[in-house]
Amino acid sequence: MSFLQDAVIMFSSQVIFFAGGWVFFMKQLFKNYEVHHIMVQLIFSITFALSCTMFELIIFEILGTMESSSRYFHWRLGLYSMLFMVIIVLPFYIAYFVLSSLRFVQRKQIGPLTLVSWVAFLYFFWKIGDPFPISSPKHGVLSIEQFISRIGVIGVTVMAFLSGFGAVNYPYTSMTYFMRPVTINDIIAIEKKLLHTYDMILIKKKRIAMAQRDQLLRSKSGSSGSGIWGMLRSVATNPLVSSGENISQLKEEVAALEDFSRQLLLEAVDMHSMRERIEWAKTFRGKYFNVMGYFFSLYCLWKIFICTINILFGRVARVDPVTRGIEIAVHYMGFQIDVKFWSQQISFFLVGCIVVTSIRGLLITLTKFFYAISSSKSSNVIVLALAQIMGMYFVSSVVLMRMNMPAEYRTIITQVLGELQFNFYHRWFDVIFLISALSSIGFLYLAHKQVPGDREIS
Amino acid sequence: MDAIDKVRILVVGDSGVGKSSLVHLICHNEAAVNPGWTIGCSLEVKLHEYKEGTPDQKTFFLELWDIGGSSSHKNTRAMFYHNANGLILVHDLTNRKSHGNLKQWLNEILDQDKEMGMGRGPSRVRDTLDPENLLGSVKMPILVIGTKQDLAGEKRVQRSFVAEDLGVDDISLNCHNPRSLAPGSGLAVKLTRFFDRIIESRYYRDMNPNPALLEKRRLLPMNVMNAKSLHGD
Repeated sequence: MSFLQDAVIMFSSQVIFFAGGWVFFMKQLFKNYEVHHIMVQLIFSITFALSCTMFELIIFEILGTMESSSRYFHWRLGLYSMLFMVIIVLPFYIAYFVLSSLRFVQRKQIGPLTLVSWVAFLYFFWKIGDPFPISSPKHGVLSIEQFISRIGVIGVTVMAFLSGFGAVNYPYTSMTYFMRPVTINDIIAIEKKLLHTYDMILIKKKRIAMAQRDQLLRSKSGSSGSGIWGMLRSVATNPLVSSGENISQLKEEVAALEDFSRQLLLEAVDMHSMRERIEWAKTFRGKYFNVMGYFFSLYCLWKIFICTINILFGRVARVDPVTRGIEIAVHYMGFQIDVKFWSQQISFFLVGCIVVTSIRGLLITLTKFFYAISSSKSSNVIVLALAQIMGMYFVSSVVLMRMNMPAEYRTIITQVLGELQFNFYHRWFDVIFLISALSSIGFLYLAHKQVPGDREIS
Repeated sequence: MDAIDKVRILVVGDSGVGKSSLVHLICHNEAAVNPGWTIGCSLEVKLHEYKEGTPDQKTFFLELWDIGGSSSHKNTRAMFYHNANGLILVHDLTNRKSHGNLKQWLNEILDQDKEMGMGRGPSRVRDTLDPENLLGSVKMPILVIGTKQDLAGEKRVQRSFVAEDLGVDDISLNCHNPRSLAPGSGLAVKLTRFFDRIIESRYYRDMNPNPALLEKRRLLPMNVMNAKSLHGD
């Protein structure tokens, strides 16, 4: 009876998550596009609902809600469905939409070509596992560990890359130390330059239009003349040069001016954004973010340092932060606390925070990414690719979250996900985080250095 | 060349609806081959005969300012909006949301126009839209164009409700077909009438007060107020 009850609870929460994903899709992602294929929306919402279910089950594990057998059952169900989506459904539909949008593929060929691409995807997906020490001979060929381990590699890479970049980017955008001063006169000056460039383009285009019209008129009147006078007239007037205008040279000049105008415009956009950031930094929220930025940059430096140490010395964290914190509180500060109770509460709080921030962070990043690169033709493919990344991301965050929980709650993850080499994933996360953070620092440094040089000249 | 007068026409709409293809078709009478995303503003000119075939015939330059619609460039678009004499709103017939967004585009342009007219400078203060002031700014003729007609299927027959609210003309076409604007076709005639109206409102307004035109102007505040209330929902 209680199994039925638990099933009802799980099902209703899944419906809520599904509705959440649906609404997010309609209101945020596809704000400016019409939905032509309802399948895309369905797939996205299902992937989102399954990811949230996994997190929900971890929290239930900590709180001890529901029977452990039904939890185990729903875990396995959710995981299998997630694997089905990420490995079979999503790549298939991505291949289908990519092929439909290509111009040289005919309708009849789309079906078989999609199957071929999907098989190719499976092959490369399998091959990813080779260079990494993630499978042991204990695993069967088609066991769940094989798939999860490979998904884990991809997902952990994405996670570490985003964390590294985010950790460096956040202080850079919120601290006033990095903001370049832009006055309103600078903006007015560059707008004047831009409008002047546009005026010059217009003048040249008008000359081209006049020259083309003259050419047309002359060729019309020239053809009507016949005999000797016609021939003499056509020899005397060179069709390429009409009243001193050289059309091809004008067109080249116009192309150069247009390139220049595009550069100027991008600079103007940059200046406007910088000005908006400076205005925002003067508000309370801006000041708060500025202070947090200092703390965050310290945290980022510390994390880079720790990652390097971990990699160099092969250190592995055996104890999770919750138990470590409680140990410190009990042994060194002499607090008398009910370890079991507090460990449960704090784990719940910590895991809850991690889950909420990672979901929110990922959705915001996906939205920004989507707005930046999508157009009306490619929106379907991009949304499906983002759903794929989202699925892999959430599966690997479950894998990594195991480290943050005390031993008694880890059992369910270990039980369901099997005997994965968890330590490998933490090491891999550290490596990619380090690479991503250092390259972001490099890129931002270069980007920051480039602009003030121009400004000083102007 | 300096002897020929000019009018400035803005071409606005969401990103990817086909403004660059449309402008290329109008000015060069041929379909554009794979235009990329417009960064900033792409300019084209066309020599237009005002009142062709009549004794009043005169040549004008039409400057078509095709403004890129991506949202990341929103903060710099304001500088293009002043001194415009006509407006073409472009939407995609396969994407209903690009049609709904036309009202936002119109408001963006009208706000900017009103601020410039009031001499308020670059501040972004927005008052409630006063119909009296709006009348002054909305003197420019507007045309609504729907693109990608070949992909739209059964929707082609629907009339644009934005065009109805504003009481302006509305045409649908396929920018890849160079014959859609062939001289003498219905669409070309509508376009020519639109251009003539712009030239009239810019150069001949004071000289020839057309009673029909005055009638339309008296109706305009009511239509524009409807548009405002619909946008406020």
